[in-house]
Amino acid sequence: MRLAQLQSMLGYSGALLGVTALITTAALALADRATSADIAGAQARDMQQSLAQVLPGQFDNDLLKDTVKLPGPDGEVTVYRARRGGKVAAVVFQVTGPGYAGPIDCMLGIDRDGAVTGVRVIRHKETPGLGDKIEVAKSAWVHAFEGKSFANLPEDKWAVKKDGGVFDQFAGATITPRGVTRAVKGGMTFFAREKARLLDEEGKAK
Amino acid sequence: MSIYSHITRDGLWDNNVVFAQVLGMCPTMAVTGTATNGLGMGLATTAVLALSNLFISAIRNIVSEEVRIPVYIVIIATLVTLADVSINAWAHDLYKVLGLYIALIVANCAVLGRAEAFAAKNPVLPSMLDGLMMGIGFTFALTTIGAVREIIGAGTLFADAHLLLGQPFAFMETKLIPNYRGFLLMALPPGGFLALGFLIAGKRIIDRNIAKRAAEKAMAGAEPQPA
Repeated sequence: MRLAQLQSMLGYSGALLGVTALITTAALALADRATSADIAGAQARDMQQSLAQVLPGQFDNDLLKDTVKLPGPDGEVTVYRARRGGKVAAVVFQVTGPGYAGPIDCMLGIDRDGAVTGVRVIRHKETPGLGDKIEVAKSAWVHAFEGKSFANLPEDKWAVKKDGGVFDQFAGATITPRGVTRAVKGGMTFFAREKARLLDEEGKAK
Repeated sequence: MSIYSHITRDGLWDNNVVFAQVLGMCPTMAVTGTATNGLGMGLATTAVLALSNLFISAIRNIVSEEVRIPVYIVIIATLVTLADVSINAWAHDLYKVLGLYIALIVANCAVLGRAEAFAAKNPVLPSMLDGLMMGIGFTFALTTIGAVREIIGAGTLFADAHLLLGQPFAFMETKLIPNYRGFLLMALPPGGFLALGFLIAGKRIIDRNIAKRAAEKAMAGAEPQPA
């Protein structure tokens, strides 16, 4: 048998591994070329959806393209700006707070007057059934932030009730809502500090 | 019994990946919080199993003994990655539900196990059927464990099925126990082990009853002879 003879040769296994690697790599490269545009499109749509959830209303520009990168409360943040008539009407950015089982990532929308337009938790590892009430699909809790600003709610009241603030904690889970509240408050402080740059009115505001 | 019906029976029940071989515990424990997640993971694994068995069986004669394991692993990993990118690109809503789990298929030793135990020794058609049936058996097991955990843990069944299967399947979503406060233990990892343990015990009892009945039948058939 010729195949058996070939297989007994020293180089056969190496060549076989090489050919396998070549074919599979080629398949993966082709698949990547065929799908990367669709994947990028789908991710952009996802982003658009999550932005639209925290920023109700119509805007003139493409939020995904009008961004500014600034050093924020937890490292560099990408801020998406929504404009109406050329002026920045609202901004959206991601904030992170410490949860019970890892970081909780939220999208936070703030209008130009400093009031929260919406908060959505986009990633968390909290206990199902207890901590997951921060998801909008499970509970309306996260809507409590909407409309609040440092003007109508003093800074030290941005905490869960147990800590002397105004936001509810859940029975059996205090750390989770505390984490979200801390993340939102951090975002609000960041907005207050960087307002001029975020609203793209640096230099103009004099 | 023909080879095909034997393969089918083996994959679905007698040699079920989860309930009999107790393989693939990593994805089994990770995704069976709800019946829907179990079903989705099972279907994705079924596709990979059938294809990996097909390819590995097709090349079984040219692969030399010494390097067969790396070759199998590279093929399986490629198939999983292809499944991952194509679901991400063309079924993105499904990907948002399953995305985390698809990469876990690589960690499912059942896939390599079937390649080594069956596909490497058998022709293409039986191998593909074996992959398909093992996959369906795996799906059945995951969905069952998920259903048990979901019913006891949250009082629902097939919650969010429309995200996985599309809007027409929304009717599957049922709330079995209204105003149920939930039983957290079953939704957490220990619940997976508990559910699996009881289900394996249940399968053993059924198997024993079947064996007993078969033995009785054989006895009844054998008895009249000496008389």
